[in-house]
Amino acid sequence: MSTILKTNALESEAIYIFREVVAQFENPVLLFSGGKDSITLVRLAQKAFYPAKIPFPLLHVDTGHNFPETIEFRDKLVEELGLNLIVRHVQDAIDEGKVTEETGKYSSRNMLQTTTLLDAIEEFKFDACIGGARRDEEKARAKERIFSVRDDFGQWDEKNQRPELFDLLNGKIEIGQNVRVFPISNWTELDVWSYIEKEKIEIPSIYFSHKRKTFVRDGLIWSASKYVYREEDEEVLERIVRFRTVGDMTCTAAVESEADTIARIVSEIKTSTISERGARIDDKRSEAAMEKRKQQGYF
Amino acid sequence: MEVLKIATAGSVDDGKSTLIGRLLYDTKSLTDDKLEAIERNSKKKGYDYLDFSLATDGLVAEREQGITIDVAHIYFSTRKKSYIIADTPGHVEYTRNMVTGASQAQASIILIDARKGVIEQTYRHFFINNLLRVKHVIVAVNKMDLVDYDQSVFENIKTDFEKLNAQSSYAEQEVTFIPISALKGDNVAQKSDTMPWFKGESVLDYLEALKPGQEEHTAARFPVQTVIRPKQDEFHDYRGYAGKIYGSSLKVGDAVTVLPSLTSSKIKTIEFFDQKYDEAVAGSSVTITLEDDINITRGDVLVKSDEVPQSSKSLTAAVCWMDGKALVPGAKYEIQHNTNRILAKIDSVESVIATDYSGEDGSKNQLTLNEIGKVNFKLSKNLFYDTYAENKAGGSFILIDLQSNTTAGVGFIG
Ligand SMILES: Nc1nc2c(ncn2[C@@H]2O[C@H](COP(=O)(O)OP(=O)(O)OP(=O)(O)O)[C@@H](O)[C@H]2O)c(=O)[nH]1
Ligand SMILES: [Mg+2]
Repeated sequence: MSTILKTNALESEAIYIFREVVAQFENPVLLFSGGKDSITLVRLAQKAFYPAKIPFPLLHVDTGHNFPETIEFRDKLVEELGLNLIVRHVQDAIDEGKVTEETGKYSSRNMLQTTTLLDAIEEFKFDACIGGARRDEEKARAKERIFSVRDDFGQWDEKNQRPELFDLLNGKIEIGQNVRVFPISNWTELDVWSYIEKEKIEIPSIYFSHKRKTFVRDGLIWSASKYVYREEDEEVLERIVRFRTVGDMTCTAAVESEADTIARIVSEIKTSTISERGARIDDKRSEAAMEKRKQQGYF
Repeated sequence: MEVLKIATAGSVDDGKSTLIGRLLYDTKSLTDDKLEAIERNSKKKGYDYLDFSLATDGLVAEREQGITIDVAHIYFSTRKKSYIIADTPGHVEYTRNMVTGASQAQASIILIDARKGVIEQTYRHFFINNLLRVKHVIVAVNKMDLVDYDQSVFENIKTDFEKLNAQSSYAEQEVTFIPISALKGDNVAQKSDTMPWFKGESVLDYLEALKPGQEEHTAARFPVQTVIRPKQDEFHDYRGYAGKIYGSSLKVGDAVTVLPSLTSSKIKTIEFFDQKYDEAVAGSSVTITLEDDINITRGDVLVKSDEVPQSSKSLTAAVCWMDGKALVPGAKYEIQHNTNRILAKIDSVESVIATDYSGEDGSKNQLTLNEIGKVNFKLSKNLFYDTYAENKAGGSFILIDLQSNTTAGVGFIG
């Protein structure tokens, strides 16, 4: 019987982008957060270069405030696929006095990641950083190109982006500049989950419903942890929750959920009336929080 | 699910972003937190209505000025389709961003302010849609609420626009007219009873019924992106050519010719990840191996041996110029055509094409920002190409500035 390949347009587009990166850049890297989007990227990269191994390393910018589950998961994935993982620590930048730790109720190391990321780009001379950001996540991200040029300070010049036509991706840059590449730009949250379901991709346990010690602030469910500042009157309770998006503990809020399988997660998202980043504490800082972070070189 | 890619077009303030925001609202695609943000910010601006353009104008500068600067990509789905909408800027200064959005579109919505009628940007954007050969165009006459939903306003604009359409270079383009109020939602997702004289469909109903899947099947083209040579022992002799198929499908056993070397071989395997297939359709990113061991690198194109395209060391193309530095004869650029890059010199600017359909001006010999013209190129190497009308991928290219590296223009081979 003859077999005909009928492709998934989004998957095909992502694979095309990965291949352009490897062809157009000397030293690409995949920014790996341990979240579902970067795990999906790893699967797509595997497909793009099979039977060869993924021809670039992974970089994890570690805030030190991770969910232990994501680190365990990261190490297992790297081991299984024989990937090359580079880890750089925000703690080192703090110790070296390059950045100062935030204090107070909303303190987080999320903003500090940018310095560590830019240092790592300089250290390894990365010319392309592949990330799992999607345009549907947030309104500033909706403005991103697939190949997004950053100057030698890592800055995004959002008012002066390169035209990007058809499939013709232009990755030409000067020394010192780098390009942020977003292979799953056109995927929605639901596309990612449907893909994880179809491909049977493993993801960290914190995405599934579990019991966790939490407290409520500003209508969001925060993890009770030594990394997360808590006021005395913020009462800790055990709740049945899961995470929809995974940053570090200080910037990711949980949602109450009974969804304990991928299929249940998919149906939960289909009916959800809150957006994915509705549970991102970092986005709540201001209307333009993401745009500001991006200008400074954030993923 | 079927995906439909749409772009908006039309002059500043004609209501493009508002229309997209309204579509999201009416299809319940705005989550509560996003809707609350729109309510909050509309109030802050002192409006007594919801400013739906806030759903797509994602940059601070855009919200301050109330205009769109760069394309926003917006996603929503109905039971029938997934939509990817590029909300593009109307301001002439940002035409390059409008072209960026429109280049991906299968359908385009051109908005016209009912009070203003067909103006310069309407011409220009329709012209760009002709050039890009966007198959379906909806002309949405917007802000009908401000002209008392008057039929004659709509009919007059329609007549004006049809005069343009008669001069279009793309006769197969399907143009539909719909009177709407993006702000009030009339004829956006639902037919409105404010305009009983209008017998057509709402914007959304029209989009839902579109069948964009039937792209014209043209000659198969397989530009090689990269060569896959695994380092593992078990794949010692493996050489796979990675790329995306354009035009029509490729099959195992097809006799193929490699461009530009013109060496021939047969397709041995078509692979996707760890599976092999007998055939792969256009749009697939696959890895192909050949029966013979021949020298192939990035930039080469595999074609069926009975469909070898024309080749030449010179080229004439319609160019849409997107750089502040003018395109002038004698200047050198790098042409990116498929996955290939070659040096090109501007031989001459044959004419600047007026985007109001009034003709061509042969006296200028340069192209400035946002102008469209016919340009003759001399190429450093022989190039195999299609015309854009035959094959979009094989008939288009970008021009890369050698100093700034920016994408300075886009060419359509005629
Ligand atoms: N009364 C009325 N006002 C409208 C309508 N559609 C849009 N507007 C208003 O027109 C103004 C401009 O709308 P936008 O949606 O920002 O226009 P745009 O076409 O996206 O503009 P650019 O992106 O800058 O080219 C806003 O103040 C809208 O509220 C409509 O149908 N009726
Ligand atoms: Mg707009």
